[in-house]
Amino acid sequence: MKVVSSAEYCLGCGLCRIHCAAGHDGYNGSILKAYKRGTPRPRADLIVDQDQSWLNTCQHCPDAPCVNGCITGALQRDERGVVYIEEEICVSCYTCIMVCPYGHILPGEQAVLKCDLCRDRSGQPACVAACPNGALRLVNEGEIA
Amino acid sequence: MTMKMLTPAFAVQRDTDRCIRCRVCVNQCANEVHYMDEDGWMWVDEDRCVGCQRCGVLCPTHALSITEFPMQFRSNRYWTPSHIREIYAQAQTGGVLLTGMGNPRLYRSFFDHLLLNASQVTNPSIDPLREPMELTTYLGNKDMDKPDQEKPQLRLKVPVMFAAMSYGAVSLNVQKSLAMAAREMGTMWNTGEGGLHADLREYSPNTIVQVASGRFGVNPDYLQAAAAVEIKIGQGAKPGIGGHLPGEKVTPDVAQTRMIPTWSDAISPAPHHDIYSIEDLAQLVETLKVATGYTKPIAVKVAAVHNIAAIASGIVRAGADIVVIDGFRGATGAAPLRIRDNTGIPIEVALAQVHQRLLDEGIRQRASLVVSGGIRSSADVIKAIILGADAVYIGTAALIALGCHMCQCCFTGRCNWGIATTDPHLSKRLNPHLGAEMAANLLRAWEHEIKEMMGGMGINSVDSLRGNRLMLRGIGLERHELELLGVLAAGE
Repeated sequence: MKVVSSAEYCLGCGLCRIHCAAGHDGYNGSILKAYKRGTPRPRADLIVDQDQSWLNTCQHCPDAPCVNGCITGALQRDERGVVYIEEEICVSCYTCIMVCPYGHILPGEQAVLKCDLCRDRSGQPACVAACPNGALRLVNEGEIA
Repeated sequence: MTMKMLTPAFAVQRDTDRCIRCRVCVNQCANEVHYMDEDGWMWVDEDRCVGCQRCGVLCPTHALSITEFPMQFRSNRYWTPSHIREIYAQAQTGGVLLTGMGNPRLYRSFFDHLLLNASQVTNPSIDPLREPMELTTYLGNKDMDKPDQEKPQLRLKVPVMFAAMSYGAVSLNVQKSLAMAAREMGTMWNTGEGGLHADLREYSPNTIVQVASGRFGVNPDYLQAAAAVEIKIGQGAKPGIGGHLPGEKVTPDVAQTRMIPTWSDAISPAPHHDIYSIEDLAQLVETLKVATGYTKPIAVKVAAVHNIAAIASGIVRAGADIVVIDGFRGATGAAPLRIRDNTGIPIEVALAQVHQRLLDEGIRQRASLVVSGGIRSSADVIKAIILGADAVYIGTAALIALGCHMCQCCFTGRCNWGIATTDPHLSKRLNPHLGAEMAANLLRAWEHEIKEMMGGMGINSVDSLRGNRLMLRGIGLERHELELLGVLAAGE
């Protein structure tokens, strides 16, 4: 399971990242709280390259180098295949950051930051729900993007 | 440059307590109203704002409000603010004022002065959820003069079609959205005069192609690809005026579809230069029938003008299978403002008059009647059908379903909603898969509402509604207006 981005329809507006930040770190979806009172930390990167843009986000690899390389077992995979981080266990050794071939894991304060497909949230991940042009889709592994 | 006389038309207000400096407004405004300076401050250049509301709608914290600029001229019921503004604009430029969309002025809307009937006691109303309701409509010549000769008919599952909007005036994604929605809902979309793009060939069974005065993209394949062919004589927004697609909108893709040189202005002459009479029109109708092997109905579209009943009668006699009448509220991608606001007549009276004239002359069965120009809701659709229409076209309503916010700046080519533009960065803003869903949803909703209203009247087939003017009563109308519409006053 992963979020795929279609450059054909991505507008580069960046609402995905804003809603991502507001959807994590206990902000409970409140953008104002995240951006005015807290520290917004989006889990994905928006790549803008002149003509095109797309969201660069975790692939939730079936054989994930980050999970394999994690020295404390903080990076785990749940029953749906979502690769997520148990923040209490992470020691910020950054091994995962080094082994991720896509650069999808970001350094954080207490633990590394990565996409967890909003597994605590019901319905679609925040980025998919917020995309104004249907450029983001949640697909199962093996499904053609 | 003379002195500037005006404040901006719109005020862009930013609530700094809410703004998170995410720059969504900056990257979404094609008019470059918003910008962030090197110190991270947000600024607006309100002179550039057209009031399309894109930034306000997409702002994730609703920090933006775009309102009319509070420039209060001294109150004057005769010299309205728009008259004053338009004079300033013309004094600055010396040019014809251009605008987009339909006539916005406060003329009487007859649709708003007509009320529907409902069944009480003496005849039963029908619940459309429990009993079948027939909205299927066939467009074409239904004359039985030669019963052995089969006449081509267009089958519509709902009597609402998408009006002609050409590729070039609107983006390909608009046409894709409408074509997909038309296929899903079993109705038609119309190419407009800009040819049929190769990507849209697959929607042929739901496509009406247009032959207009510029004859862009017309060839035997184009005619064969369609379910019906429409000859466009005029349109409601600018009767008597041709078209002019500015060269900067003629991208290689548009040029190929229109079969004209890239970046060249696409000029549609005001008249068809081979049609100066009903007899000439009859020749073109016959030519198109021969070219399509008598397998497709031929429609003729005209704007509703003063002598419309006689014109429509001529069109039917010229052999048209479908007569399309576009009222003065009909919209456009670009028109001279004076023409749009002052030319033509309301579709309600035009329709009532044409229907009655064709009945009186005994030729109503020879052609179907389609009306367009300002159909805003399912109530307008049902009132049009009662006044005698077989089906309606919706253009503006369809675009609003796709996101149009009616800023009337289609002619600039910088549509922030990705509708009236051929700029690839802007047109990608309309995802045709989402667009198709929204356009189809609109038709679905209207279909339900039409069935509800028909059921209330105790009518279970749209055929029993057509021209059934006892189902309408006028309210707040003068006696002569009631007579023109052929309806009784409320209470009569």
